[in-house]
Amino acid sequence: MAEAENVRAEPSAQTRVFGEPVLTLENIELGFGGVKAIDNVSFEVRKGEVLAIIGPNGAGKSSMLNCINGFYKPQSGSITFKGRKLPGMDPHFAAANGVARTFQNIALFRGMSTLDNLMTGRVLKMNRNFLWQALYWGPAQREEIEHRAYVEKVIDFLEIQAIRRTPVGRLPYGLQKRVELGRALAMEPEILLLDEPMAGMNVEEKQDMSRFVLEVNEEFGTTIVLIEHDMGVVMDISDRVVVLDYGRKIADGTPDEVRANQHVIDAYLGVAHD
Amino acid sequence: MFYREAGIFKTSYAADQALFRIPLDRLFVIGVVVAAIVVVPLISNEYWLGSIMIPVLILSIAALGLNILTGYCGQVSLGTGAFMAAGAYMAYKIATNFTWMPIPLVIVLGGLCAASIGLAFGLPSLRIKGFYLAVTTLAAQFFLLWLFQKVPWFVNNSASGVPTAPPRSVFGELVTGAEATPEARYLFVLAFTVVLAVIAGNLVRGRIGRTWMAIRDMDIAAELIGIRPLHTKLSAFAISSFYCGVSGALWSFCYINTVESSAFDIFRSFMILFMVIVGGLGSVLGSFLGAFFIFLLPIALNNVVTTFGLPIATETISHIEFMAFGGLIVFFLIVEPHGLARLWQIAKEKLRLWPFPY
Repeated sequence: MAEAENVRAEPSAQTRVFGEPVLTLENIELGFGGVKAIDNVSFEVRKGEVLAIIGPNGAGKSSMLNCINGFYKPQSGSITFKGRKLPGMDPHFAAANGVARTFQNIALFRGMSTLDNLMTGRVLKMNRNFLWQALYWGPAQREEIEHRAYVEKVIDFLEIQAIRRTPVGRLPYGLQKRVELGRALAMEPEILLLDEPMAGMNVEEKQDMSRFVLEVNEEFGTTIVLIEHDMGVVMDISDRVVVLDYGRKIADGTPDEVRANQHVIDAYLGVAHD
Repeated sequence: MFYREAGIFKTSYAADQALFRIPLDRLFVIGVVVAAIVVVPLISNEYWLGSIMIPVLILSIAALGLNILTGYCGQVSLGTGAFMAAGAYMAYKIATNFTWMPIPLVIVLGGLCAASIGLAFGLPSLRIKGFYLAVTTLAAQFFLLWLFQKVPWFVNNSASGVPTAPPRSVFGELVTGAEATPEARYLFVLAFTVVLAVIAGNLVRGRIGRTWMAIRDMDIAAELIGIRPLHTKLSAFAISSFYCGVSGALWSFCYINTVESSAFDIFRSFMILFMVIVGGLGSVLGSFLGAFFIFLLPIALNNVVTTFGLPIATETISHIEFMAFGGLIVFFLIVEPHGLARLWQIAKEKLRLWPFPY
């Protein structure tokens, strides 16, 4: 693990090799009325990588994540996942096959405790029927305990033991973000979609969050797709960067390649029109 | 002093997930149940048992049902009365057509019929939310009551249209109908109340309860976690209607002893909604607190007036009742939307620190 971290510290992380694509997006088009949110974008997500999607505001980054986990259906194009080529993802199929996500503006279940929020992430893995649950005895209780044990591991990992029983609505922003990551992790995801996990955080919180993201990636081999505006963080933790601008993909490569790409510089800094 | 939450350590997840995590809470609840079984029938007279305890327990069941739907799953319903009526009429049909059937089973089957009707009226909830859903459940309220009034089949073509509840017994003791003793009816109702309350407690702390609350708090996130909104909302509608149906059947069989639709009109729906709001949305305890509070308040007002011999006309009292009701609802909606259950919790938190402010 120390070795892997050394590799990361190097500016050119070429040494990390990634497996086959786990998710391929081809010619995705998505429009809302007259607005083209995503315009013919294709890219792939490879197993075990940390992929960052960046771009100016309104570039279509969140829409892209929404397509990946099935909240939006693209008007054309295809998504290949788990050997199935689909015109668009179904939220239930995505969740059942290990796609978990967090949201830009926190979407926790505010009235529930941290523990219950995380347990909700296990919903698809629990299958005792209603009658057993009504009795809360035997198999249903065993199931609850088994999943509680996993959730406790996530709680330990994210260091949120102290807020287990606190209703999440009462937690400060930074902790809510962490609980939301926890809820996604409780799903044991293969692909974790993070929509601006560090937005609105201070430096320490960003460091903590970056550490969690990298540890998830390294320890569980989870593939991570994240949207982030903090370029320092993006360039440090991602293996590959996809840049969107006005719904189009303008660059795709390692952080160094992207940093040097003229289109990206133009998109971020503006370009002189003469 | 005696009641403490600190220093109670759990060594297993099973113990940590228990219905009552604090031993004293558990003892207290067991004490209340035992007192309700043994002490209440001994000390109460016929009026208290027959006209207060029985209806309050039955309404608690309906409040539990509505709380599951509105408090836990976030779907507003004004059709509680209709689902109660469905339970009552179907239980009557079953009891009279299958006379051999044990009465607890009849009541449960009545509840199941109400559940299937609730399921049908829950279907619009996938598309409509909030006020609009409340209006569709209002349609259930009016349509079902109209149906039960107009179709003589539901009352076995009874000439008056208001048949009496058939007398049935459990363990050789009459528990339904006018001839049954209040004690027997009370214990019968109490048994249903306790079992259904335990089931509600189990459901809301388990997987199904978490899916309800997830849909209530953030339906989009819930859907992306893999919770199916339709399944979840329909399960809440079905289980809620089951509770209401059982409550309605008990109301007809053990309290008013007749099967009539006027007992389940829109005011009944509102009354139960008030119970849930005042008691506490999303709380099993709150359902009971609300039921007792709303049902006992008018009686208490009445008693105050009679004991002090205040020269107030009966009509004025009933008007004051209405005003107090309205005022309370507004008060709770503004000051404490989580109701009596939340006030109870705050009181506990304050007492824990007392006499220190924090």
